[in-house]
Amino acid sequence: MASRSRGAANSAGGRELLSAGDVARTIARMAHQIIEKTTLDAEHKPPVVLLGIPTRGTSLAARLRERITEFSGVDVPAGALDITLYRDDLRRRPNRPLAEISLPETGIDEALVILVDDVLFSGRTIRAALDALRDHGRPSAVQLAVLVDRGHRELPIRADYVGKNVPTSRDEDVVVRLADVDGADGVVVRGGRR
Amino acid sequence: MKHLLGTEGLSAKTATAVLNTADNLKRTLLGREVHKLPTLRGRTVVTMFYENSTRTRASFEIAGKWMSADVVNVSASGSSVGKGESLRDTALTLSAAGADCVVIRHPASGAAQRLAHWLHAEGTAVVNAGDGMHEHPTQALLDAATLRERLGPLDGRRVAIVGDVLHSRVARSNVHLLSTLGAEVVLVAPPTLLPVGVASWPVAVSHTLDAELPSLDAIMMLRVQAERMHGGFFPSAREYSITYGLSEARQAMLPEHAVVLHPGPMLRGMEIASAVADSPRAAITEQVHNGVHVRMAVLYHLLAGEEATP
Repeated sequence: MASRSRGAANSAGGRELLSAGDVARTIARMAHQIIEKTTLDAEHKPPVVLLGIPTRGTSLAARLRERITEFSGVDVPAGALDITLYRDDLRRRPNRPLAEISLPETGIDEALVILVDDVLFSGRTIRAALDALRDHGRPSAVQLAVLVDRGHRELPIRADYVGKNVPTSRDEDVVVRLADVDGADGVVVRGGRR
Repeated sequence: MKHLLGTEGLSAKTATAVLNTADNLKRTLLGREVHKLPTLRGRTVVTMFYENSTRTRASFEIAGKWMSADVVNVSASGSSVGKGESLRDTALTLSAAGADCVVIRHPASGAAQRLAHWLHAEGTAVVNAGDGMHEHPTQALLDAATLRERLGPLDGRRVAIVGDVLHSRVARSNVHLLSTLGAEVVLVAPPTLLPVGVASWPVAVSHTLDAELPSLDAIMMLRVQAERMHGGFFPSAREYSITYGLSEARQAMLPEHAVVLHPGPMLRGMEIASAVADSPRAAITEQVHNGVHVRMAVLYHLLAGEEATP
């Protein structure tokens, strides 16, 4: 979490990891995996809720929702879960503005909540998200979907759905850009001291 | 933001950031059974109240507790203040005992400023919860939050502040904050209840309430502060009430969308008619409700984030 960059839209430099086309294909593949693993198209489908972690997780969750509806015909509610107030590094970093929280009207009690984020790094964001979830209700189960898993976990947390596994060095930045936040899709790796 | 001492000099950017945080906090907590966030765990907030207060003190205490801070209340009666300890010594004692933030209400104008000066080196944040006739910034912030909720952006809105402006720290704080946020403020009061130097404030001044009513988006009634009145400011309470009180007839002259605010405690029948205070356009209980979220936001901006650590 510490050096995970949610980089600026004008970051042209760096090694390309996923092109715009790759991002769209990856999201489609993850949607298929979610449908399969949660048996969303079965007769007794579980109440699945997608919760994105702002900013780009929210946008990813919305896109996953579209694909899932397209592939399975099932409309799953999507929302946003801001975890700023639950972070464990609040005292070490500059004050940050809070983002939107929007939970589906049906709530998350007894639902299968799938947390959605752009990059999985230390795992601390996800720990904070799990804490936040506990204050909002009691899901029957929680799963995790991430576009990029870059390793370097500091907590016993793993993703259920991974768009792409990328070995990185700690001082590199993985920059995810998504069309509705940054204007275009793409993932690049930048930096690293050498 | 290191301390919150007043709204004079508070930038539009900072004020908006606090208001947005309050807004988000309110929505975060909406409909939740557990009104508790872990954000300020391990932080200690001390409230020092040298003057009576119900809502401000309770509101700060609830705000701190909902953010998981430890809140300790000190009041002038029942503490060493009664034995003659000075404000400075009391503050330094509390700071040495581990307070990360001191919330102070004091009858002397400028007390919070002095306190911030003494405590700055200790890294203790100071929040002014009302100092004499000077400022009460969190009240102004919660008024602004309530107005934003009812009216949307305050830019270009016309807000009247009516009554005892001279003794009112709420009026001073609102004048500065509302005009910073782009609202047009008009003070309506008898000449005896306007402070010297009001001409230099970013406001219009009027002495006739009826003339202002039709053009207002919001009207804020102030309490006549009998405890600070040591002279003849107006002939009689009854005359004041008739000239400057918000009666039902006057309420009917307000535009449909106009909001009625009162910082409380209200003197029903004096500055505001009971029926007006209970009408749907009065936002008085919303003000109190928003007060908690605004104070949570203030504590968040002061105590979370790296600048907050000494």
